[in-house]
Amino acid sequence: MRNFMRVIIYAILIVVFIATITPFAWMMVSSLKTQEGIFTFPPRWIPKSPTFDTYQQLFQRMTFPVYIRNSIVVTISVTILVLFFSSLAGYAFAKLRFPGRERLFILLLMTMMVPAQVTTIPVFLLLKRLGLLNNYLGLILPAGASAFGIFLLRQYMQAIPNALLDAARIDGCSEFRIYRSIILPLCKPAIATLAIFTFMGTWNDFFWPLIIMTQESMYTLPVALANLNAGPYATKYNLLMAGSVVVTSPIVILFVFMQRYFIQGIALTGMRS
Amino acid sequence: MSIKRYSIPFLFIAPSLVLFFVFCFIPIIAAFFASLTDWGLGGASFVGFGNYVELARDPLFSRSLKNTFYFTFVGVPLSVLSGLATAILLNSSLVRIKTLFRTGFFLPVVTNLVACGVVWRWLYNPQYGVIKWFLEIFHISSPNWLGDPKWAMPAIILMAIWRNFGYSMVIFLAGLQAIPRRFYEAAIIDGADSFKSFLHITLPLLKPTTVFVCIITTIGYFQLFAEPYIMTNQGGPVNSTLSVVLYLYKNGFKFFRFGYASAIAYVLFFLIFIFSLLQLRFIRHGVEY
Repeated sequence: MRNFMRVIIYAILIVVFIATITPFAWMMVSSLKTQEGIFTFPPRWIPKSPTFDTYQQLFQRMTFPVYIRNSIVVTISVTILVLFFSSLAGYAFAKLRFPGRERLFILLLMTMMVPAQVTTIPVFLLLKRLGLLNNYLGLILPAGASAFGIFLLRQYMQAIPNALLDAARIDGCSEFRIYRSIILPLCKPAIATLAIFTFMGTWNDFFWPLIIMTQESMYTLPVALANLNAGPYATKYNLLMAGSVVVTSPIVILFVFMQRYFIQGIALTGMRS
Repeated sequence: MSIKRYSIPFLFIAPSLVLFFVFCFIPIIAAFFASLTDWGLGGASFVGFGNYVELARDPLFSRSLKNTFYFTFVGVPLSVLSGLATAILLNSSLVRIKTLFRTGFFLPVVTNLVACGVVWRWLYNPQYGVIKWFLEIFHISSPNWLGDPKWAMPAIILMAIWRNFGYSMVIFLAGLQAIPRRFYEAAIIDGADSFKSFLHITLPLLKPTTVFVCIITTIGYFQLFAEPYIMTNQGGPVNSTLSVVLYLYKNGFKFFRFGYASAIAYVLFFLIFIFSLLQLRFIRHGVEY
């Protein structure tokens, strides 16, 4: 009976596993095909003459290196900004006393309930007036304040014993020194989780860059891929698949190596009650 | 004294607070006032609730609402149930190599949505698609998925399940592992078999997790945008996949009707707000053990 159950469970899991992985496999296989090789039915799982032509085309004849640079600049800047600002604010909300602290914190949490689309139009018009459309800052600045980041780090910092901080204060440490030398090193796991989530969220973001970046030279990777998908290349599936591989692989690699932090982060948001 | 005393905490929160005021608090309020105007490229004048009245009569908007509800209320139960089922199977003591399965199931969650849409558009291709090939193995003829108004939304839902069940699964796994082992031990002593303890211990104790996952997923699904943008050429065929956010995007950034788009944003806000309140309500009534 136990063995029978085991076989059934494994069978289901393996079928689901194959179904989940197939789109990735098909994406990679298709990206290695020629334009003629792509249109065969039934589909050929091993390309007749595998080639990296598509990648060469993306990187040499099209401006994918520019989009990659844009994506990297924006993603890294946003991640650094969010980590720095959220840890500062998180420390104040967790360990410092000031009037209105709780109310302000609840106000921040409430903004997490507001869908991003509500602020889109006013922020777009504001950035337009400031001349920040088609500018990295237009993507970086609005993303710098993270309610989720402040919340996550505050929860983690609250667990640090006050006695530790008081001892440092008696020794004459400034609050900033305490933040830098005691709080930050103790919060490494939470900071790593936030870093990965912010990195992934920014890299994958589509809606906001689509609105802010209208000049081709400023496209981020997802916008460039969407543009490729709609234009004269809409049926060049081998090229589109190569583009998809380029967009997805950094995050997939990051995920495979830092899985623990991804899972931890999801479990944390799941437990946020 | 107090100014000096509080200046340090204030310095710590100031960077975040400034950004919150400029890019969040003020825009939330500004969007509401904008929704009361006919703001466009030519300027703005006050129209009261005119935009909301127009929305109520706009057939395209009611179409986008219907499509979004269809996507959400069919997609959410299916995504959450698949997540729950895989979590329960993976949590079984009979299964080894859990990490491998978990990695595979979670992989679509971290994948770029635009890339997912592009890849699935290729999978759904009516002539050369892998899905057509797969169905034909079982002698099922494949519909013209994304080109058929009847099948386009189900196709998008299927892809959304593929992409999101891993997220629910991970939260359910955390919920399952939080159930104290002694409950199951007590059940064994009382003579319950594993099916009975699943029915009377696992399921009731997973209720708060389930409610949480459902509502988080619902809020996410209400914001459907990239899938129809990428897969059905921005809402086609014949508007069968036009979503609320897509309609907002078109009004705001194609037709430059900023006032009208803001009104759509507020309707969406209202819908999501109701679901967030539901979430808070259910969590307050969470089970303690």
